[in-house]
Amino acid sequence: MERDKQTQPIIAPVTETETLSGSEILIRALVAEGVDTVFGYPGGAIMPVFDALYDYKERIKHILVRHEQGAVHAAQGYARVSEKVGVALVTSGPGATNAITGITDAMMDSTPMVVISGQVNSSLLGSDAFQEADVIGVTLPITKWAYQIRRVEDIAWAVSRAFYIAASGRPGPVVLDIAKDAQVNSCDFNYQRTTFLRSYQPVPDVEKDRVKMAAELINSAKKPFALVGQGVILGNAEEELQAFLEKGGIPFGSTILGLSAIPSDHPLNQGMLGMHGNVAPNIKTNECDVLIAIGMRFDDRVTGDLKTYAKQAKVIHFDIDMAELDKNVKTTVKVAGDAKVSLPMVTELLEERAHPEWLAGFETYDQKEYDCIIKNELYPESGEIKMGEVVNKVTEATNNEAICVTDVGQHQMMATRYFKYNQSRSMVTSGGLGTMGFGLPAGIGAKYGAPDRTVCIFVGDGGLQMTMHEFGTIMDYGIDVKIILLNNNFLGMVRQWQELFFDERYSETRLKNPDFIKVADAYGIKGRKVTEREELGEAIAEMLGHNGSYLLEVVVETKGMVYPMVPSGGSISNILLGNGHSL
Amino acid sequence: MNENKTLYTITIFSENTVGVLNQITTIFTRRQLNIETLSVSPSAIEGIHKFTITTFSDDEEVMKKLVRLIDKRVDILKAYYNTDEDLVHQELALYKLSTEKVMEHGSIEYFVRKYNVRVLEVSVDCVVFLKAGHFVETQGLFEELASTIGVLQFVRSGRIAITKSKVERLSDMLAKREEHKKKTIELNTISSL
Repeated sequence: MERDKQTQPIIAPVTETETLSGSEILIRALVAEGVDTVFGYPGGAIMPVFDALYDYKERIKHILVRHEQGAVHAAQGYARVSEKVGVALVTSGPGATNAITGITDAMMDSTPMVVISGQVNSSLLGSDAFQEADVIGVTLPITKWAYQIRRVEDIAWAVSRAFYIAASGRPGPVVLDIAKDAQVNSCDFNYQRTTFLRSYQPVPDVEKDRVKMAAELINSAKKPFALVGQGVILGNAEEELQAFLEKGGIPFGSTILGLSAIPSDHPLNQGMLGMHGNVAPNIKTNECDVLIAIGMRFDDRVTGDLKTYAKQAKVIHFDIDMAELDKNVKTTVKVAGDAKVSLPMVTELLEERAHPEWLAGFETYDQKEYDCIIKNELYPESGEIKMGEVVNKVTEATNNEAICVTDVGQHQMMATRYFKYNQSRSMVTSGGLGTMGFGLPAGIGAKYGAPDRTVCIFVGDGGLQMTMHEFGTIMDYGIDVKIILLNNNFLGMVRQWQELFFDERYSETRLKNPDFIKVADAYGIKGRKVTEREELGEAIAEMLGHNGSYLLEVVVETKGMVYPMVPSGGSISNILLGNGHSL
Repeated sequence: MNENKTLYTITIFSENTVGVLNQITTIFTRRQLNIETLSVSPSAIEGIHKFTITTFSDDEEVMKKLVRLIDKRVDILKAYYNTDEDLVHQELALYKLSTEKVMEHGSIEYFVRKYNVRVLEVSVDCVVFLKAGHFVETQGLFEELASTIGVLQFVRSGRIAITKSKVERLSDMLAKREEHKKKTIELNTISSL
């Protein structure tokens, strides 16, 4: 049921049986799962599959990336914006090992993805054959499921199971490693979609007494506060969440991956949680009486020191993954299950409330944060260009309608802090793993996942160079993505930590960079470098008005800092505001 | 090293697929837990394997998290932990002794009576004892044999255990899953009408 929403119209189950090669069975199985886009890179052990793909060009669009890491990140970006399962197709050995970073990233960020890797002939397995790697051994700990297919007869059911596992419950990556002889041999093909596995319960049943306990606790709260995570977006429970929060008059903060679940301008939206989140939601986490966590996992970047985290509060935790309940924060009430089901059950039992005084308390801190940090970050009148200023101008110029994709580092924090959203699935960023190099390929995938939306990719000068070869993919397919490079000629976030915690010893963080505009030009990507504030607005307008990909390089403050900041491992009430300010 | 620590017995039921043990051990590794003993065999239900693993820990919370992480894996049907009070448990040990030394010592009957050993083999070269029991019992026999006769080879199996409680977690789980399967099929039938 859940999956039917997540895939395109499904071709009716194949009822008549045909004899096909393993490669064709694989492609037909992908078609049956509603796959229309695959990101990949060919090589020896996957060639039969690419050969079969040649006959299915009309049904499945294959995007040839320039490195397997790009294929996996693109599949992630695609899945994150489209609600569908991302698919990457790579060869054995180095093809598969190049995909590892993206697979781990998808595991950390619960992204539904199926990665198909070629493998050497089954007769050669274990013999250190050319381009053989123990892909299952390597990927078991970083996938929801990993399976090696050695016989052609196992392809259809394994693909079916892979898509079921990747998309159901708490989503995640699945790896299918297919031996070359299984791709070449033939057998009868009859496809059945998987809807049940006895050993796997993706969605725990919501227990009514837990719902009642949660509702009673929320009704008794004077100072309730909610933490919204990506689980809400993955469960398509945005409307249910909004109804819940509005009825209870509950202010909320979002985790980095929960951003965009509820529009930025919603009156109960208190902004982002965590290390570089907003001041009020962090402070108020440690002042509320009932803390309601929904589809989030209390990551250490959100909680800081657990010993000082929300100790005064009774905690209610809604999650689809039983292993997250009581993992980091001890709860008073655990509500296991699908938020789309559990939230309306709780909402029904809620008394309508508003908490005007409690809400007013957030405003005091918002004002302080605005005065000490935001005002100068977004609207500086002189000096070098600020990162936040660029993000703000871009989001305004897109009417807050664009998809914001980021890489990792200072620009990521600026983008997540200052980009605004009016619809869900508008933020694609590497949250749990913090993968530099994620942005550009994820942005490419996001464009395929949501072709009608503007995709703005924010990158730093460090991260861009980790996957800059994907300019080639953009050129090849004429992909219309807007790349905003915030260039400070530093590995900015590491530099920030060196300034704060390592006595300004800038060890290996200064970058001597190429002429990025020339690089873009070599790939046929229109580019413009901005160094003056006066030019910025007009350059952004030009970028957004341009028909096709565009690289806007903005030379920003060399030693810019991201504030506020909760130092790693500290209490979330202990927030640095910078520039001599204090709370 | 294991002072003040409790020995926990973790029972895991899994599908009989390749790589399950690998999935389980990586979860132990990430939590820096040493596996003390391990025993794997087909369970009473065809196609389902049973793992019995023991590990020391000073924190029950760690055990709770550990079994939830194991339970979460797709190929695992059920995982839970117990302490010794909840269990009837047993280990097997084999002892290979030199026949000549046993003869010098004089009495096999003594060991049979005192330790309830079974004699599996007597040849010109060696005598092999089998003893079933708890760790302290098999260890007690080993120590006595080592100090009196000398032990040529010694091996002890991992623990096997069954719970004393009347709750049968695997059967309950399977029954629930069957019910769920029926519901899923009904729902699919309704939606396809």
